[in-house]
Amino acid sequence: MAADLDARVAEWRAALERSATVTPGDADELEEHLRDRVADLERVGLDGEEAFLIAVRRLGATDHITAEFAREHGDRLWKQLVPPAASTTGAKPFTEMLVFAALAVVVIQIARLISDQTWPADWFPRNIAFFVLPVLIAYFVRVRRVPVRVAVVIGAVVAGLAIVVNVYPLSFDAVGPTREAPQSVVLVAGHLFVVLWFVALAAYLGGERWSASRRMDAVRFTGEWIIYYVLIALGGGVLLGLTTLVLMPISDGQVINQVMAWVLPSGAAAATIVAAWLVEAKKSIVENLAPVLTAIFTPLFAVVLVAAAAAYAIAGIGREFDRDLLIVFDVLLVVVVGLVLYGLSARDPLRSTGVMDVVRLVAIVAAVVLDLLVLGSMLARVGEYGLTPNRVAALGLNVLLVVDLVGTAVLGLRGPGPVATGRMARWQTAFLIVFAVWAAFVVLVLPPLFGFA
Amino acid sequence: MNLDKDLVAAMATPLVLAILVGGRNYGYAILKRVHELSDGDIAWTDGMLYPLLHRLERLGHVRADWGVSPEGRRRKYYEITEAGEAALAEHRRQWSAANRTLGGLWGLTSPVSI
Repeated sequence: MAADLDARVAEWRAALERSATVTPGDADELEEHLRDRVADLERVGLDGEEAFLIAVRRLGATDHITAEFAREHGDRLWKQLVPPAASTTGAKPFTEMLVFAALAVVVIQIARLISDQTWPADWFPRNIAFFVLPVLIAYFVRVRRVPVRVAVVIGAVVAGLAIVVNVYPLSFDAVGPTREAPQSVVLVAGHLFVVLWFVALAAYLGGERWSASRRMDAVRFTGEWIIYYVLIALGGGVLLGLTTLVLMPISDGQVINQVMAWVLPSGAAAATIVAAWLVEAKKSIVENLAPVLTAIFTPLFAVVLVAAAAAYAIAGIGREFDRDLLIVFDVLLVVVVGLVLYGLSARDPLRSTGVMDVVRLVAIVAAVVLDLLVLGSMLARVGEYGLTPNRVAALGLNVLLVVDLVGTAVLGLRGPGPVATGRMARWQTAFLIVFAVWAAFVVLVLPPLFGFA
Repeated sequence: MNLDKDLVAAMATPLVLAILVGGRNYGYAILKRVHELSDGDIAWTDGMLYPLLHRLERLGHVRADWGVSPEGRRRKYYEITEAGEAALAEHRRQWSAANRTLGGLWGLTSPVSI
């Protein structure tokens, strides 16, 4: 009899666990409840079979339970979320992806061919983000079934950005015969990627309101997209390297350059779409990989940061205002923010404080201390050298990153446990909007402020 | 008499918190307590209690830890926190206001027999 009950409970439990929203811990809890109820019912005289049936019925239909768990644990649902298009047929999303990837290749190659024929071709570097990301945005508008109204707004934003950026007189000729790109061109081109990425995320979220949990979805997507893109780029690097080696004996450098000019930009552009598709199609693969990567690198970064902070504090920084050093620290802080965000996004919100949370906090505090040491010494000198667009962009980003991390650290220190984690996650995801605004500021406001220098 | 679904849903949080004020407890016992206290008037699907408890845990109103039942199975115990007690006090204020308002209207007319 007891064995019979065990078998039926196991069957019931398996049905429950098929849903990714019920963890083994939850199933334990529900199973314990079920067995308690069965025992009570048996005590009042029901036989095992009846008791089990009634107990199951009182717990509720499994799909209702899993649905209710899904509402409470939206983050677990992420594993299951399938883009609406994928629910129709298996082959269609793949075809759509191929079409958009091909479109990305065509766009970048046409732009490249035109830029080869025109002189000066200073519009090409300035607009490079516009040759790649709008295709990705269009891809999301299609596969995420973005409502027309939202799609029009997104299109208008992209078009508006394109007009403004091209109306700005950021010509190479402005700096005379050196033919070096003015600072603003590089800044605008770089920050445009960031601005357009946020537009792409808006499309990715299907024009839904940016609630904290949806922003976290956007973070997960971005992180996983980067992992896939890097993996594809590594593979592409091997492919191109081997191609070069194979072609070398039978051709001159000119031919190899031609091949590269066709293959490299095409691959880089198409990979943006392929990576986006992979994130959706193969979600659970990287879902398992990203937390592992974060878990490996957070402690390593913590050690490096603590050591560096100590070394800088002892040695002191007698350096002059050095933009390159500042950029190094910007990159460092971006990596730390990424580790924190990614760690939080993959963290089970119900688990209590663990070693990882402490390590993460140590990394944040060390990064902030280190950066403040550098920033302090640089701010003292910035007056002597005056501000340029590059310095403003680098300093501004640095200040924002520090504010972000200090906020995270304060929230993390205020109290351990799931509530603090939730607060940290909300703060971090809310701060993303600040970064988006900053990137837009650098693209739109900074160049005119400095007379398009 | 079974209470209306929406009313039960509105009561669920203060009810669970108030039961936990009486001490650390686990899901099945909480449900049994609800059943006793309401003479069976309040019945909800058992499975729905757990998402509610997990939500309260996420909000920091309760703390959970695993223990062992007398039968030797894993059992999750819940305990109210200070934040939970504060939330319960707020619920209580709101329910008193609702009670007072309706009681003021119903107290003057004939009491409804139950």
